[in-house]
Amino acid sequence: MQNNRKKIGILGLQGAVQEHLNHIKALGLEGTIVKKPEQLDEIDGLIIPGGESTAIKNLIVRYGFLEPLQNFSKNDKPILGTCAGMVLLAKEIADSEESHLGLMDIKVKRNAYGRQRDSFEVDLEVKGIQGTFPSVFIRAPYIETVGSDVEILATYEGNIVAARQGNLFVSSFHPELTADTKFLKLFTEFVNAPTEANTVLL
Amino acid sequence: MEKQLGSETVKRGMAQMQKGGVIMDVINAEQAKIAEASGAVAVMALERVPSDIRAAGGVARMADPRIVEEVLNAVSIPVMAKARIGHIVEARVLEAMGVDYIDESEVLTPADEEYHILKSAYTVPFVCGCRDLGEAARRIGEGAAMLRTKGEPGTGNIVEAVRHMRKVQAQVRKVVHMNDDELMTEAKLLGAPYEILKQIRAEGKLPVVNFAAGGVATPADAALMMELGADGVFVGSGVFKSENPEKFASAIVQATTYYNDYELIGKLSKELGSAMKGIDISKLPAEERMQERGW
Repeated sequence: MQNNRKKIGILGLQGAVQEHLNHIKALGLEGTIVKKPEQLDEIDGLIIPGGESTAIKNLIVRYGFLEPLQNFSKNDKPILGTCAGMVLLAKEIADSEESHLGLMDIKVKRNAYGRQRDSFEVDLEVKGIQGTFPSVFIRAPYIETVGSDVEILATYEGNIVAARQGNLFVSSFHPELTADTKFLKLFTEFVNAPTEANTVLL
Repeated sequence: MEKQLGSETVKRGMAQMQKGGVIMDVINAEQAKIAEASGAVAVMALERVPSDIRAAGGVARMADPRIVEEVLNAVSIPVMAKARIGHIVEARVLEAMGVDYIDESEVLTPADEEYHILKSAYTVPFVCGCRDLGEAARRIGEGAAMLRTKGEPGTGNIVEAVRHMRKVQAQVRKVVHMNDDELMTEAKLLGAPYEILKQIRAEGKLPVVNFAAGGVATPADAALMMELGADGVFVGSGVFKSENPEKFASAIVQATTYYNDYELIGKLSKELGSAMKGIDISKLPAEERMQERGW
C-alpha cells in the first residue's frame, strides 16, 4: 500500500509520545513511533517530545540515534522539539559545557522557570496562529539567545519560548497537553509543503 | 487565560512527561547521581529504601529534610519525596522545600487511618498507590495527578504489582463498556466517585498516568509491568539493594523503553550480578503488608 501521505514520526524513547501521536491522528495524518534509528528513513518529519532530556539523551547515545538524527536534519527533514526536545536540539545549553544534538542555533536555559511548583499554563500569541494558544509550561526551558537566521515565534515575559530555524521548530511549552492542534499544524503544514509554508510564515 | 500555577493540566502533565521512564529510590546525593546518569526520569528522595524500612520497624516518617535538600541540589531531574498518608504538614513542608512531586505513600506509617490528604489543595502534584479502580478513583477524586500500583514494597517480589495492575486495567475495561444506567451501581460497588467513572468511560482510559511500583527487582520485571500496560516504573529497593546498582539501574531503564525486545532484555540481564533478595508475600504477616494501608 503506497500513498503520497506524509508520515510523521515521534521519537519514542521516553516522554509524552502517545499525546503527540493523538494530535497527529486528530489532524488526519499518519504517525508512527520511532524506537530504532533505521525507522528515520521511513518518515518525512520527526517530533522529539517532552520528557526528561537527560533520560532521552542517554538513550539517543546508547541506541545509536545521534548521527542518524543529525543526518535527518542535514537532509532538511523537519523536526519539532517540544520542551525536552528543544533542549536536545539546541547548539548551546546554559551552565553546561556540552550540547546534545547541537542542531539549532539557540542557547537554551533548562528548568528556566524553576521547579514543578513554578510550572504554569497561560494563553500566548504565537506567530502564524490566529488568536491565542493555550501554552503549558512544565519545568520548562526558555531560549536565552538566538542566531541571526532564527525566527522568533513566541515570547513570554520577555523570554523566547517558541522559534524556528529553517526545518527546525521548537517550543518551551507542550502543545500535546492541550486539545488545540494549531501549533502542531504549523509544523505538519511545513512537513507537507515546505516551500509553501515557508512563505506563509516568513 | 492568565498565568495559572498548579492547574490540573500542569500537575497531570508533569506525570505525562515521566512516561516510559523509571523513577528510582535514592537515599543520598551519590545514589541520585548514579540514578540520573543511568537515565532515570526522576528520583525519590528517602531516608531508607522500603526493604530497610521493613527491617528497621518502628514508625517510618517523611525523610530528614537535609537528605531531601541534598538530593534536590545533586541532580537536575525531578525529585520526589514521600509523605505519610494523611500527613498534611509533611506534605506542605515538602512542597515548601521545592520537591517536584509528593508520594502520599503506604511505605511510611500512616498518620491518619481515615482520611487521605486533599491533594487538589496543593500546587505540587501528588502520586498515590492503588490496588483497584475504587482506590484509584478515590485518589483521583482527592486530586492525585498520578497513580501507581501499590504492589508490596521492599519485597523484590513482583506478584502484587502484577495483581494490582491487572485488576485496575480489567476494571477500567469493564467501566468503558458499561451502559449509562449501570454506572452508578458500579460506582457504589467500587467505592469510586461517579464523576470520575464517567470521565474514564468518556476517555476510554484513566485520566492520569499509572506507573508500576512495589516489587520491581529485575529488568524483566520492569518490562513485564510495561507489557501489562504500566505507563512507567518505580524501582524502590531493586536498584541500590542489588549487587551492582549502576548496571541494574541502566538495564532497568533500557528494558522499560524496549520492553518488547526480548533478545535485548536477555542481553541486558546477563552479568548483572544478583538482584535484591526477595520475600515470599505469603510468608509476610498481615500486619507487615504495606499495601493494606490506605482507605
